[in-house]
Amino acid sequence: MGAGHAHKLYRHGHSPVHGLPPHTKLAAVFAFVVVVVSTPREAMWAFGLYAVLLTLVAYVARVPAGFLLKRLLIEVPFVAFAVLMPFVAEGERVEVLGMSLSVSGLWGAWNVLAKGTLGVAASVLLASTTELRELLLGLQRLKLPPLLVQIASFMIRYGDVITDEMRRMRIARESRGFEARGVRHWGVLAKSAGALFIRSYERGERVHLAMISRGYTGSMPVIDEVTASRAQWSYAFALPFAALVVCLLGWTL
Amino acid sequence: MHVPDGFIDAPISAATGVVAAAAVAVSLRGARRELDERTAPLAGLVAAFIFAVQMLNFPVAAGTSGHLLGGALAAILVGPYTGVLCVSVVLLMQGILFADGGLTALGVNITCMAIVTTVVAYAVFRALVKVLPRSRRSITAATFVAALLSVPAAALAFTLLYAVGGTTDISIGKVATAMVGVHILIGIGEATITALTVGAVVAVRPDLVYGARDLRRRLQLRVNGALVDAPAPEPARTAPVAARTSRRALWLTGLATSLVLAGFVSFYASSNPDGLEKVAADQGIDEKAEEHAAADSPLADYGVKDITDARLSGGLAGVIGVGVTAVAGTGVFRAVRRRRTTQDVSPTSTSV
Amino acid sequence: MDPVTAVTASLEVSGLAFAYPDGHQALFGVDFTIARGERVALLGPNGAGKTTLVLHLNGILTGGTGTVRVAGLPVGREHMAQIRRRVGIVFQDPDDQLFMPTVREDVAFGPAAAGLRGPELEARVDHALALVGMAAFKDRPPHHLSFGQRRRVAVATVLAMEPEILVLDEPSSNLDPASRRELADILRSLDVTVLMVTHDLPYALELCPRSLVLSDGVIAADGKTADLLADDELMRAHRLELPYGFDPRSVPAAPGRP
Repeated sequence: MGAGHAHKLYRHGHSPVHGLPPHTKLAAVFAFVVVVVSTPREAMWAFGLYAVLLTLVAYVARVPAGFLLKRLLIEVPFVAFAVLMPFVAEGERVEVLGMSLSVSGLWGAWNVLAKGTLGVAASVLLASTTELRELLLGLQRLKLPPLLVQIASFMIRYGDVITDEMRRMRIARESRGFEARGVRHWGVLAKSAGALFIRSYERGERVHLAMISRGYTGSMPVIDEVTASRAQWSYAFALPFAALVVCLLGWTL
Repeated sequence: MHVPDGFIDAPISAATGVVAAAAVAVSLRGARRELDERTAPLAGLVAAFIFAVQMLNFPVAAGTSGHLLGGALAAILVGPYTGVLCVSVVLLMQGILFADGGLTALGVNITCMAIVTTVVAYAVFRALVKVLPRSRRSITAATFVAALLSVPAAALAFTLLYAVGGTTDISIGKVATAMVGVHILIGIGEATITALTVGAVVAVRPDLVYGARDLRRRLQLRVNGALVDAPAPEPARTAPVAARTSRRALWLTGLATSLVLAGFVSFYASSNPDGLEKVAADQGIDEKAEEHAAADSPLADYGVKDITDARLSGGLAGVIGVGVTAVAGTGVFRAVRRRRTTQDVSPTSTSV
Repeated sequence: MDPVTAVTASLEVSGLAFAYPDGHQALFGVDFTIARGERVALLGPNGAGKTTLVLHLNGILTGGTGTVRVAGLPVGREHMAQIRRRVGIVFQDPDDQLFMPTVREDVAFGPAAAGLRGPELEARVDHALALVGMAAFKDRPPHHLSFGQRRRVAVATVLAMEPEILVLDEPSSNLDPASRRELADILRSLDVTVLMVTHDLPYALELCPRSLVLSDGVIAADGKTADLLADDELMRAHRLELPYGFDPRSVPAAPGRP
């Protein structure tokens, strides 16, 4: 998480993946993840094929492997959780390196790791090939309630401004010799958070004034419309369709 | 704790997705009614605030630190509807942009972290504020308890979802122990920071704290009386509020009593373990043999016996049950008796 | 140049008084008129009611006594959309004003809210950005711009609505000298009525031939900027201070409109 680095998530490029309309990409990624999640965990080869599919997409989008792998680190807390599963799960047990591990726990860990990683990788590919602004337009096109899209767009617009204010407050604290070291300093942090809230809320009120001063009456004027041709849709859905074939094979084999 | 894809099975993910969508829809309507056309900029800014605050790490001890979840904070500062919206939007953006939390698990994440935290925190908060004497200190205390309960409540909600739709058959007792145990610790941090933050805001701009609106009206009147001639319309404006308060007082006291009973009494005095506890108790006996296997794992750090914790989780389940019921009740109550239109908003913050 | 003889004034404020709901009264009967094409500075100490007055000009605050007319049109519920199109307010913090994800969408917001679409909208945006010299930044997110650039884009967002009168709240605050001069050049080149709320007295003298002094909720003085700034007694009475070493008598006054 890092609102301050929001723009660094996106890798500028002109690949075919970058060029797809945002809502087709969003829908495709969602469909892909749904397919992955509904694949039986016993079909290990299927997950291998999914990974190959994503690698292909990354190749077409010219997203370097290092970038993708670094972003996968967000998963780490859950890897830790998954590693614990074989120890604590129920049922039949096997001996591995002198430790008694649960069979179903091992399957569970594999299940979470495989599906979680594929899900994260797909989302990372989406975020690195689609600009923030486009993602919002895509969500709007996918019929997310307009008010929700507006809230999200204000959040993204002011995320940087507010994190910046927070950073300035920290610098101000530190230049007066304060450094948060333990529980005793929570009060100071909380005061900063309180001040940050007041500033954020007041800014919200000022933004609202600026909006109504320019004719806002409750709904955002339509400025951009994103549209997708049939070809673009089918191009975007090549990924989930291929995944679906793999998934069906996984169920039948 | 953002749930990734593949953690909860497809039917439950879909079901929570529906629950989350419904709750967001209700919140959109509720927020619109409260904030009017100011909803988008204000909720957006508060969402950005929650997003920023989640990055504000507070040091717990040498080397470790925690961060706020923000559900309780949002609920108390801007109200439950806007709170649900803000936290949901934060989760949505974290899922899409940062891959933090799976896309198919979005329903689970929103249900646990946006809806349960906000609703539980707000219900507990309102109930306590009604019961406690009207003062700033009460607001802070109520905030503390509300935030403290909201975090393990979310953990418990997750445990319940896991019990129904988990993809690995770990005993529910264990999941509950781990989740609730850890989250009570997190909850203490969350509660302290939330209470101090709300306290700081109440001290400077009490009018901005949604949960303390009643308190503000009284304060304002007294301040006006002391400094300038009290404006004539002021008593007229407070009168209906007072009437409404007394009407609500009855059932809110009832709510508080039942919360206390459900929470604390079942925690201390349960001699007959109910279903959940029994499972956990059985597991506790079964798993003596494995405990050393997990001795090196972080789970061992929780260092609590299954039975005690099952009681705790039983108690919390009680609290949550009452909380959820009360909120459902409030919904009906409000639907039946439409709230009067929100008063005209004055942009006092921009005044010279 | 005499405002009173102008046929339809851009802005007419008469008898305006206003108190906030908490009882604090900010305006106590404000009267002034600004003719079309004039550039006027509104000077006054902190707490004089300047921002309150500005918020009355496009009907964000109403409910007191007195009237505000913009190009002859009374500010009130029935003409609100039109009033807000005609009165362009540039707020002090450009971050408040630039709330959309890109510069282009921000500038397009006002005209789009008024119903403009497609190529017409695009042309309006391009024109407004060209006026402030920011055409090259069309597709950039506002938070990637410097403060001075953001202030210029904020002016463009308002110009795109083709307002009758441009109201600027502290336009020179936080600007470095170069950005300050660039903004002054832009404001001088515009063919609109300008009301500039400011503490920056040299800037007022540079840009505005006429000034109003708002103090304690009333217009305390109205005249040539150079004359007002040279009146030491008036300046002291209303807590207005010139920067150290600045002598208004030694500087050529702002040229009026041809």
